[in-house]
Amino acid sequence: MASLDRVKVLVLGDSGVGKSSLVHLLCQNQVLGNPSWTVGCSVDVRVHDYKEGTPEEKTYYIELWDVGGSVGSASSVKSTRAVFYNSVNGIILVHDLTNKKSSQNLYRWSLEALNRDLVPTGVLVTNGDYDREQFADNQIPLLVIGTKLDQIHETKRHEVLTRTAFLAEDFNAEEINLVIEKRYFLRDGNQIPGFPDRKRFGGGTLKSLHYD
Amino acid sequence: MSFLIDSSIMITSQILFFGFGWLFFMRQLFKDYEVRQYVVQVIFSVTFAFSCTMFELIIFEILGVLNSSSRYFHWKMNLCVILLILVFMVPFYIGYFIVSNIRLLHKQRLLFSCLLWLTFMYFFWKLGDPFPILSPKHGILSIEQLISRVGVIGVTLMALLSGFGAVNCPYTYMSYFLRNVTDTDILALERRLLQTMDMIISKKKRMAMTRRTMFQKGEVHNKPSGFWGMIKSVTTSAPGSENLTLIQQEVDALEELSRQLFLETTDLYATKERIEYSKTFKGKYFNFLGYFFSIYCVWKIFMATINIVFDRVGKTDPVTRGIEITVNYLGIQFDVKFWSQHISFILVGIIIVTSIRGLLITLTKFFYAISSSKSSNVIVLLLAQIMINLFDLQGMYFVSSVLLIRMSMPLEYRTIITEVLGELQFNFYHRWFDVIFLVSALSSILFLYLAHKQAPEKHMAP
Repeated sequence: MASLDRVKVLVLGDSGVGKSSLVHLLCQNQVLGNPSWTVGCSVDVRVHDYKEGTPEEKTYYIELWDVGGSVGSASSVKSTRAVFYNSVNGIILVHDLTNKKSSQNLYRWSLEALNRDLVPTGVLVTNGDYDREQFADNQIPLLVIGTKLDQIHETKRHEVLTRTAFLAEDFNAEEINLVIEKRYFLRDGNQIPGFPDRKRFGGGTLKSLHYD
Repeated sequence: MSFLIDSSIMITSQILFFGFGWLFFMRQLFKDYEVRQYVVQVIFSVTFAFSCTMFELIIFEILGVLNSSSRYFHWKMNLCVILLILVFMVPFYIGYFIVSNIRLLHKQRLLFSCLLWLTFMYFFWKLGDPFPILSPKHGILSIEQLISRVGVIGVTLMALLSGFGAVNCPYTYMSYFLRNVTDTDILALERRLLQTMDMIISKKKRMAMTRRTMFQKGEVHNKPSGFWGMIKSVTTSAPGSENLTLIQQEVDALEELSRQLFLETTDLYATKERIEYSKTFKGKYFNFLGYFFSIYCVWKIFMATINIVFDRVGKTDPVTRGIEITVNYLGIQFDVKFWSQHISFILVGIIIVTSIRGLLITLTKFFYAISSSKSSNVIVLLLAQIMINLFDLQGMYFVSSVLLIRMSMPLEYRTIITEVLGELQFNFYHRWFDVIFLVSALSSILFLYLAHKQAPEKHMAP
């Protein structure tokens, strides 16, 4: 591998699920004030200390590639997006907990990203159905993140969370359900104490991506 | 007795249309979304069903199916219902949705939506004044008043769409206009895109590292809060943070560039696909059609100009005129009545089918274009509002196409439409259609010409 310090992670999901907010939160440690539609791909970088505190501590730059668009886009848009899927080290799949369709579309997103990598000739598998076999020998770690948990009424949370647990199992992925909420941060102001909770959250997930 | 049979036939067909509209809504338009608002779906299906029934009645009129009096009754009923929905219900719902989205007015939703609706009705009424569409013998709340106004809006919309479609159709289908795109062009653009992304990444790495070292050294760079903070930040600012703002500006410029490159690459891919498509059999067929269409569109524009310049309105419909010409010049004996009925039926049927199909396709395209930006349920609600707006226009579109179809029908079939719709000044509508059609066609020619000229220059640069 050419540059060991470089880790490329794709952030995929439908429009409006909160990918840009998530990336901004992870990299800038702030909540994104005015989210707007992502055209093409936006990249952000996070400095991460792998195995912090141990003698093998090493600093990595994690590049989070936030690819915009929807699964139903025209094939010209899909071909252009395929440019970003080269040599990926990990994939974060983001879905909206209030929108069932966005979870179902995650299958198609993962197929789009993985097939690009697995088949070097660039032939996209046209059959969009989900087949667990295809993920069986997948070496690229997946993480499924569900957003907007706070917008679900208390009583329905349990059923939503069980549904997403199945989803994560299908992918053989780790799962996290997030609340990206502006009010939380405003209460604590810009203080750092409010922040380590998030950092542990974020730090914990990203550690699982490194197993080389 | 026959009235009952006829009514049951009409109602069954209405239910069929309703079901079709419902399915279309579910499968095509909202395929990728979760629809929680059944109101929108119901309104769309109902409008669609009644509009299709109107067309169905026209066809029945030509074919002579069903009892004449029951036809007349159903016409009236249909028209009343559609107008009720278009003018009363839909604007009310639009106002209601808009108001319920604004947090402040949430409590008195009903009151404010009524207010909005009244304003809409006022403007709607005022719309009729500048146009010479009414003869003075009609009352205030008669059907003719409503139809005339609905007709104006609908005819404008139709003319705009036809004008643009008439120009855009040959432009899309004919391969003469396709620019030549090779694989190397695409690869070169992709490489530039990836290089730009790499530059952005390296700059962001520097920023992240700088921020981290600043943080570790204890210079937590807070945003200047309050008046005193702002003054302080003017005089003293850490060197690290100055650096940061500089790099941030560079990053912003690079990100803008990457977006441009992404869009251009998408364009090139789309053009390449179109080139490949044009080499196939289907593509060649459409190319040929494109030539036909362009001739037809040029003819239409020409006719519209002549109509306006010479202040002429077509008195006879094309079918009868065509038959007259054939009979007179070619000396062939035709049973005029028999053929005119069938040919006008086919012609009107084609017009109806293509206009419905065109409308559905336009709706779908428009919906996909605006829906690609967000997908949360709140935004779906906003889209539902826009959709309802569109349905309002769609209903008007259908009503006015009935008005215009009247021109393509022979004299004896026009009676029922004239009877039901009252004595509107039909000539005015035709003139208005021609004017708007001409304006729209010319402006879309200009627009497409500019867009076409601008695009190849961007690719000549590297």
